Amino acid sequence: MRSFTMAKLGGRLLQFVLSLLVLVTITFVIGRLLPTDPVGAVVGELASPEAYAAMRARLGLDQPVLVQFWRYLGQMVQGDLGIAALTGNPVTEDLRRAFPATIELATLAIVISFIVGVPLGLAAAINRDTWIDHTARIFSLVGNSIPVFWFGIIGLLIFYAWLGWVGGPGRVDIYYEGLVETRTGMILIDSLLAGEHAVFRNALSHIILPAVMLAYAAMAYITRMTRSFTLEQLGQDYVIAARAKGVSPTRTLFFHVLPNIAVQLVTILAISYGSLLEGAVVTEIVFSWPGIGQYMTSALLIGDINGVLAATIAIGITFMVLNFLSDIAYTFLDPRTQEADR
Amino acid sequence: MSHSTPTKMSDGGDVPARGLSRFARLRGLDRVRSFGSKMAKEPLGVVGVVVLALLLLVALLAPWIAPFDPNRQNLAQALQPPSWGHIMGTDEFGRDILSRLIWGARITMRTVLSVSAIVGPVGLVIGVAAGFFGGWTDSILMRFTDIVLSFPALVLALAFAAAMGAGLGTAVIAISLTSWPPVARLARAEALVVRNTDYVAAARLYGASPLRLLFFYVTPMCIPSVLVRLTLNMAVITLTAASLGFLGLGAQPPLAEWGAMISSGRRFMLDYWWVPVMPGFAILITSLAFNITGDALRDILDPRHTRG
Repeated sequence: MRSFTMAKLGGRLLQFVLSLLVLVTITFVIGRLLPTDPVGAVVGELASPEAYAAMRARLGLDQPVLVQFWRYLGQMVQGDLGIAALTGNPVTEDLRRAFPATIELATLAIVISFIVGVPLGLAAAINRDTWIDHTARIFSLVGNSIPVFWFGIIGLLIFYAWLGWVGGPGRVDIYYEGLVETRTGMILIDSLLAGEHAVFRNALSHIILPAVMLAYAAMAYITRMTRSFTLEQLGQDYVIAARAKGVSPTRTLFFHVLPNIAVQLVTILAISYGSLLEGAVVTEIVFSWPGIGQYMTSALLIGDINGVLAATIAIGITFMVLNFLSDIAYTFLDPRTQEADR
Repeated sequence: MSHSTPTKMSDGGDVPARGLSRFARLRGLDRVRSFGSKMAKEPLGVVGVVVLALLLLVALLAPWIAPFDPNRQNLAQALQPPSWGHIMGTDEFGRDILSRLIWGARITMRTVLSVSAIVGPVGLVIGVAAGFFGGWTDSILMRFTDIVLSFPALVLALAFAAAMGAGLGTAVIAISLTSWPPVARLARAEALVVRNTDYVAAARLYGASPLRLLFFYVTPMCIPSVLVRLTLNMAVITLTAASLGFLGLGAQPPLAEWGAMISSGRRFMLDYWWVPVMPGFAILITSLAFNITGDALRDILDPRHTRG
């Protein structure tokens, strides 16, 4: 059994590495597909043919494609993604600044979506075909269908502009900016570490709306999945046995059913988090959130391909790591996958 | 993703054995009749189909039903709130928002249908080939599918669109490149079942070549499920296309693309809320209709799958 699990793990790991390779290949191809002339961008239009050729050689563009690809891989492994035309900084440095903001937003969103989605899914399953179930279904249908950037605009209009309950776009109000030292890059954590409670409260009032708006789509998915996982369990013999023994419905749900669907929930956690990262790209635009999505789109607008590709790679890798972890979690957490494959 | 879980609980006692349901599918007339009666039991699904039909009609008839020219500017009438003259108000150039939404339906429908026309056959061929041939073909094709599936679709579409230049055509290609895997996965699962049925075995005994089996015996059986999956996919495609438009990478101005309309209307949102808000309803209704219709179709055509 153990050796089988290890073999499976090895297979997953191989798949993970392969995926990374394909991702890097794709970004490499995109980088070359681009109609702009990378040499001209550096030397300018008026450069002499000699200077042009020299720069072409320096950039390695006179080499065969495979050699270029190999170099590209080498740079990638060393974390060198080039210079961003947008900021003039190395792209990795920019990403290090932008990524925590996105992670902060997406993490809060995933927490919210689980806190709401799982109970809602459970309630829908227990009260199948009642108004609770129907409400939950409509709730998740709309969540699956709503354009997240538009939902953000509606949220801003209602809760910021009209009701004034939350902070507006950005991470903090302007007079709180730069007050706390950047340690993790996540302002909620940094302000707590620095003991700046006013900054923390202000940051919270800013992040809560985008996080909730972003959470909705994931919430819809989690509700739907929790419902179908639970229904699947409720039809099993062990539930009937527990009920026949006189275990109360609540106890059956929390001590018998919930542990069984926990594994499945862990796997959809990864999928949801991935989709949240994607949603964050457009949500950030609406809320002027200085994360990777905003970085990527600003880079897009000025044709800064290094910035775009680096952001693609960063999000892509995060995505794959999540997928990989969820596969592993599934293999290890669910004894049935080991049992069945023995 | 919900389709990757291999075992689904059955809904109740009326679920026939798998082979039997396949058999039933072969009989066309019965199928149509039962389809109609089942559809009647899905009131929400009927609503979805009706809304989609209306949207298609609006898209087709846009030049005749739009009250105004979608691109005619009238600065004297800029940023007018909804009124009887302009039911949804006007935008910053004084263009009638309703007329722009009506014309936008064309763009959205064209994008969705183009992507589906690419993704459907591609996913079908890859999936059916993997499921039918099995072995190495299956391993390689499915590994590749899984890899593409593990990519963030919107972000990759962004990168593609950035590289190929903004525009409707590139948006279609960019979305297609990342949205075939779910179709392939499903087609493979179907092909795995179909290739072991008796009639395929019979055809093989009669001497049908593998390719003949693949195209005339297995593939047609996989099409209904693929169509359902495509309908559900259309909701995602609508949203992705709108996102690309919102980010400035889809249809270019002055084309009335819904996402792009929200993007340009965003600047005025605090004082003129209707400019960015109205197009969002169009997107929401469209993708909702696709989702509802897809759900209903799945419940009807695939008795193994319970409403999740």
